[in-house]
Amino acid sequence: MKQNFASFVKKESLHILRDTRTMLIVMLIPVVLMVLFGFAISTEVNNVNVAVVAPNRTDGIRDAVERLSQNEYFTFKGYITPDDIDPYLRSGKASAVVVFASDYERGVTQAATGVPTKPVIQLIVDASNVNTAGSSTAYLQSILLGAASQQAMFETRMLFNPQMRSAYNFVPGIMGLIFILVCAMMTSVSIVREKEVGTMEVLLVSPVRPVKIIFAKMIPYFAISCVVLVTILLLARYLLEVPMSGGVGGIFTISLLYLILSLSLGLLVSTIAQTQVVALLISAVVMMMPILMLSGMLFPIENLPKFFQVISNIVPARWYIDAVRKMMIQGLPIVAVWKNCAILLGMTIALLGVSLKKFNDKLE
Amino acid sequence: MNDIVISVRELSKRFGNFTAVDRISFDVYRGEIFGFLGANGAGKTTAMRMLCGLSYPTSGKGSVAGYDIMHEGEQIKRHIGYMSQRFSLYNDLTVWENMRLFAGIYGLNKSQTEQQATELLERLNFSSERNTLVGSLPLGWKQKLSFAIATIHRPEVVFLDEPTGGVDPITRRQFWEMIYEAAESGTTIFVTTHYMDEAEYCTRVSIMVDGKVQALDTPTRLKQQFATESMDEVFRILARGAQRGE
Amino acid sequence: MRTFIVLLQKEFLQIRRNTFLPRLIIAFPILIMLIIPLIMTMDVRNVNVAVVDLDRSTTSQRIASHIEASEYLRLTHTTTEYPLAMDALEQGLVDVIVQIPDHFERDLMVSTPEQISITANAVNATKGGIGMQYIVQTIARTLVELRGEKSPTKLSELVTIENRYNPTLNYRHYMIPALMIILFILICGFLPALSIVGEKECGSIEQINVTPVSRLTFTLSKLVPYWIIGLFVLTIAMLVARLAYGLSPVGSVGAIYLGAALFILTISGFSLTIANFSETMQQTMFVMFFFIMIFMLMSGLLTPVDSMPEWAQRFTVILPPRYYIEILRSVYLKGTTITELWPNFVALGIFALCFNTLAALTYKKQA
Repeated sequence: MKQNFASFVKKESLHILRDTRTMLIVMLIPVVLMVLFGFAISTEVNNVNVAVVAPNRTDGIRDAVERLSQNEYFTFKGYITPDDIDPYLRSGKASAVVVFASDYERGVTQAATGVPTKPVIQLIVDASNVNTAGSSTAYLQSILLGAASQQAMFETRMLFNPQMRSAYNFVPGIMGLIFILVCAMMTSVSIVREKEVGTMEVLLVSPVRPVKIIFAKMIPYFAISCVVLVTILLLARYLLEVPMSGGVGGIFTISLLYLILSLSLGLLVSTIAQTQVVALLISAVVMMMPILMLSGMLFPIENLPKFFQVISNIVPARWYIDAVRKMMIQGLPIVAVWKNCAILLGMTIALLGVSLKKFNDKLE
Repeated sequence: MNDIVISVRELSKRFGNFTAVDRISFDVYRGEIFGFLGANGAGKTTAMRMLCGLSYPTSGKGSVAGYDIMHEGEQIKRHIGYMSQRFSLYNDLTVWENMRLFAGIYGLNKSQTEQQATELLERLNFSSERNTLVGSLPLGWKQKLSFAIATIHRPEVVFLDEPTGGVDPITRRQFWEMIYEAAESGTTIFVTTHYMDEAEYCTRVSIMVDGKVQALDTPTRLKQQFATESMDEVFRILARGAQRGE
Repeated sequence: MRTFIVLLQKEFLQIRRNTFLPRLIIAFPILIMLIIPLIMTMDVRNVNVAVVDLDRSTTSQRIASHIEASEYLRLTHTTTEYPLAMDALEQGLVDVIVQIPDHFERDLMVSTPEQISITANAVNATKGGIGMQYIVQTIARTLVELRGEKSPTKLSELVTIENRYNPTLNYRHYMIPALMIILFILICGFLPALSIVGEKECGSIEQINVTPVSRLTFTLSKLVPYWIIGLFVLTIAMLVARLAYGLSPVGSVGAIYLGAALFILTISGFSLTIANFSETMQQTMFVMFFFIMIFMLMSGLLTPVDSMPEWAQRFTVILPPRYYIEILRSVYLKGTTITELWPNFVALGIFALCFNTLAALTYKKQA
């Protein structure tokens, strides 16, 4: 019997290894994601194009514009006329326009001496891009008024992620996503494919117990996931320089748990779906979307509407991602995330039980 | 009878180091039922796919209905019908919708389609199933329907790749009656099969072993040549020398 | 032409007979457009702040109360012990710690006081960064106020701000065009590929390959249904945006549809090309997933292209969604006209032509 099991595992591994393209992509997806999130994508706003409207170019205005063009976040696009404001903003040539009043100098002097003054600067911002609008107005304001000097009052520290890499936050999310993709999606599609083609029948009439056939199908995907896990951890450590001061043992443990959970999910989907397309769509709708939207991978859970915050509790990736974040970036030991581990373990047992039962019911 | 429809000379197909079809040569005449026999893996399907313009030959020459298989594949496709060993009509379309689709593909206009389809359905005793989804038909019916659709545009040659695989003897019988009918109306039939009793129905048969054509003649003369009673034994004698396994 | 019509008929019949697809095509856009805008917010609000008040003065209390009053910040802990605050931060209860040094108020009156130290949890760089900015601004304003108590005009009142095109800074209005593009990518990107590979797997494509159907006709028959479906999806999405979120395009609807027509052709052509190179659904899905991921992350759908480093910005030139998101966002929110956006339309046109030519050329009838 052992022999049989081994030969099944071998058959499955060959299937997968022969499809070099899929293998390549599976290995490439995490690498590309890490590089993109690490080096290309940034939610930070910079390179904001600013144009200026000034009826007269007094020394004070020249100074203000000078401060603006010196700043690395802003690119000074030149002086324009009031008629150009809308075309500039609409075509995207500028994201913000600073309009100085003709009595700018007087206004500033008055304000400094305590005389009530009307506004002398108008900021017109292209708010169609909310992020840029929000953070650039505040910044522009303080630059134009020369209030940036207040910054000296503060000593600021960015804990755990001094270079402010958004990748730090995303690495655990990428892991949560990839393992579901490889374990749940790939396994379910490959099991359903055998159902569709009819080879599943052939396997099921062999003397090997059905459950073993299923496990044999899962083992190669489990192995691939382990390779992916190691790749991600190496990239995180050496490319993105994530400290991982808490050690990798805990991360491995919880990741293995999550892998088993993903495999059970895949098995469950395969007992429900009759065709590959349906398996794909179920995986996409029931697994991928919640992970992207409700696991805290991209959008912080505390920002969600209450209803979705409650729903997010049943998304396994939420607990996994949260735990990995704590261990990987904050360097906490695994005992600090025991609650997450317990929840994941409970989910795994429940899912595995249900899917095995469903699978056996199908056979009878 | 000496009008050549298919002509093949030294035709080969290699996949890497593996030679699936090894320099085969033969001619098929108009109105013949040409049986193309061979064990599994002997290269029958590969050879047939080259003749249908689905696959390019590695070397050698061939022509079907007067068109070169290397350069005029698309021309050939206008003049042939093809039924593969996998059932490959659309399961999610009805009998009539499948007919309309393939008639339209071969350029039949609406009234021609209607006329041809009705006639075929009547001949198959299928008129009541006109609006049934193909997927819900029993296999034997599906195969008959496939054949009907492969001949809907009255092609010069019809290629049948193991058309009766997995079909019961009665349906098989009916199927061969359809083949005879088509042959009588002047269509050339090129058919591969496993069933040696079916080989007896053919005008001539060729037997492929390990990618080569080992014998080619009428069933009667082949039996004489090998001094046996049935085609079955002829086949066994030839297949014994095969190197490639089942 | 007859050939094309019967092939098209076949595609529509198959889509209609599928138990899943028609529902997907209608329900998916509605659900996505209704639910995701509620979830998708990068808006940083509810930043939890702990104040470690070593000064215990009116000034430090004033700072704390300003933090509490801010709409983005939430004062959750006030303590005099830094380690307590740090514990809370590690447990995720607090995002930022503000420590006000001893004698801060006294020193502020006479000279430069010791710095206020602010520690942000930057695991989520966006939240950490923006939270930090909010805090710094809030406290700076408090200090300016304290100093200039007598001045009737606060410095910040010298500036007025006009948030043009989206006066309420509604994040949803920014994301809805992006969601529409994601819908196109998912529906018109995955479905044509799966449909071709499905035919490959069940063998029916071979029955087509032995017929004289030209490669272009077959490719077009796979393309046109998804093109129509895509435009239908756009219509649903625009209706939902209007009914649920009150967002209607400022600019011309024609420009939106023209862009969509070109963009859907591009993405479906791309999808068909991938399918031509794939044998199984699993393969198709993974290859598509790979590209879709890059499309979604790099095209400026979720994060601004301008914020990317030089090399990455240059790379986005070859990403079709980049051009359409610019069209959709600026027409929808700013009312930009086709004349102003013509380079984007031309780029999409070129992509559509290239990918579909490629799809027709790579479709192999004879191997």
